[in-house]
Amino acid sequence: MKLRKSALWALVALLPLVDPNPYRVEIFATAALYALLALGLNVIVGFTGLLHLGFAAFFAIGAYAYALLNLRSGWPFWLGLPAAAGLAGLAAAALGLPAIRVRGDYLAIVTLGFGEIVRIVVTNLEPWTGGPNGLMGIAHPTIGSFNFGVDSKPYYTLLALWVALTAWACSRLARSRIGLAWAAIREDELAACSLGIDASQLKLLALAIGGAIAGAAGCLFASKQGTITPDSFDFILSVMILAMVILGGLGSVPGAIVGALVLGTAPEFLRGFASYRMLIFGVLMIVLMRLRPQGLLGGQLIRRKAGSGDAAASG
Amino acid sequence: MTPTELFLQQLVNGLTIGSVYALIALGYTMVYGIIQLINFAHGEVFMTGAYMGLALFLACGVAGAGLASVPLLLGSLALGAAGCSVLGLAIEKIAYRPLRQAPKLSILITAIGVSFFLQNAVMLIFGAQDRYVPSVVPAARWQVMGIVLTPLQGLIFAVTGLTLAVLQGVVYHTSLGRFMRAVAQDPLAARLMGVSVNRVVAATFALGSALAGMGGVLFGMYYSTINFHDGYLTGLKAFTAAVLGGIGNLPGAMLGGLLLGLLESFSAGYLSTQWKNVAAFAVLVLVLLVRPRGLLGERLAEKV
Repeated sequence: MKLRKSALWALVALLPLVDPNPYRVEIFATAALYALLALGLNVIVGFTGLLHLGFAAFFAIGAYAYALLNLRSGWPFWLGLPAAAGLAGLAAAALGLPAIRVRGDYLAIVTLGFGEIVRIVVTNLEPWTGGPNGLMGIAHPTIGSFNFGVDSKPYYTLLALWVALTAWACSRLARSRIGLAWAAIREDELAACSLGIDASQLKLLALAIGGAIAGAAGCLFASKQGTITPDSFDFILSVMILAMVILGGLGSVPGAIVGALVLGTAPEFLRGFASYRMLIFGVLMIVLMRLRPQGLLGGQLIRRKAGSGDAAASG
Repeated sequence: MTPTELFLQQLVNGLTIGSVYALIALGYTMVYGIIQLINFAHGEVFMTGAYMGLALFLACGVAGAGLASVPLLLGSLALGAAGCSVLGLAIEKIAYRPLRQAPKLSILITAIGVSFFLQNAVMLIFGAQDRYVPSVVPAARWQVMGIVLTPLQGLIFAVTGLTLAVLQGVVYHTSLGRFMRAVAQDPLAARLMGVSVNRVVAATFALGSALAGMGGVLFGMYYSTINFHDGYLTGLKAFTAAVLGGIGNLPGAMLGGLLLGLLESFSAGYLSTQWKNVAAFAVLVLVLLVRPRGLLGERLAEKV
């Protein structure tokens, strides 16, 4: 990472020192969590072009993995984090194994189905997951003798740094040979295959990496909340994360973060409108998309073929 | 109840709710068939239709149960259909048409925006709590071979069957239907042949939304309560039904809806209600993996 960027991120991470308002810190901590999820989904949808509608499932798997490892085996947060990420990544690849045989919108439906199945299984597997009541008493992270506790500030700093690390890794990935192969698959899978790219393997890799990012986010979430319930991982969350990725600009790493910031904080800033806020939020999504159909920071990565079929549908 | 009676009762119940899914699924499948767009706001259109029916009943002072009235029944179905087709036209014009040339996924976002808008508009008007919906169909119960049938169930079968027949007629025997099939095949070529693509797409939205509106009115009377959240899960299931049957295929949507209804009612009757949604989604995933084009879908050669 460049020095200036690192300095910027360090500044962002230390924001609670400047503005210690606990309400705003909490909002931005949540937005950072969304940013992590958006970065993960961006690897799958943005880099590789696989439309995934069940992404919240990997967030759930990460959260429950850490919660169970912690509650049943006493694993500390710092061991739980890689374990949760690894398990969620494995699950993403395992569920992807049958799913990548279908393409485009059908893949979206299969992933939607898996997402719902994971949520319903978590809800009904009461002896393990506590059913609809969820799991309680999950340990907060500790560094030495410092316990993160219930205050949002240390979580915010940890999350901001984790977002920075993930964003850096994602940008490096996008420019690597793997990232270029993903882009080739996204633009034209047939052509990519004919150049010797193993599309199936690379798609599974994208799913595993995206899933692992979500799993880590789930672990961070569970450790911050101390309590998790299946409600936190519904279809709406999958859709919102996708909305963040698309609003930011598909395939753009800064875009995913900006999209998460906009959609993650907007409902809070619209609180002044009281019960009208989600109504206005809906209108905002339509207006933003009409103004910038390619996403706020998108446009460079997705090149459409001139005269391709879609353009003809304008009538 | 003997095992046979239980089986038959679940069969009838499944077919009833399956018919409602089918009505909604038809809208998904028509829009997808013509512009390859998953209209994510369709479930909310269905929900809004249910509330339009309720609004009519409230306006006419039908608050309690048991008032049977043919004009009110026809009026509520007509209002649901007309109101939702206007709604569908507006959604298409405001949220989808301006983005038809944009990257495909951006329409997904405006669809979600529309969903939020409709959900919250309905919540603000009618409140967040469940609303009781009076039934204007006679509340008789017929005992046939040990199972219970109601006039409302008969009505739901009739409306759904009639709708599919009319729709097939429109698509295969009218000029609008010919235009629709032409746009579905190749929008550019259709346009060069003088078809107004915008109008055909708008008509498709109007038709599909009208069906969802009627489905909503029937759904409200069948379950006798509605909530502004109902559009999401029911929409998701109807969409599942459309994919199951082969998206873009009208009889497929019908078949998918009925199968999904049966699957749900049998897994609720024989397994447990908690697992009925898993059964639905598990079958969906399996069908797609074995037969990605759905049960009645045609295999399309990949365009290169």
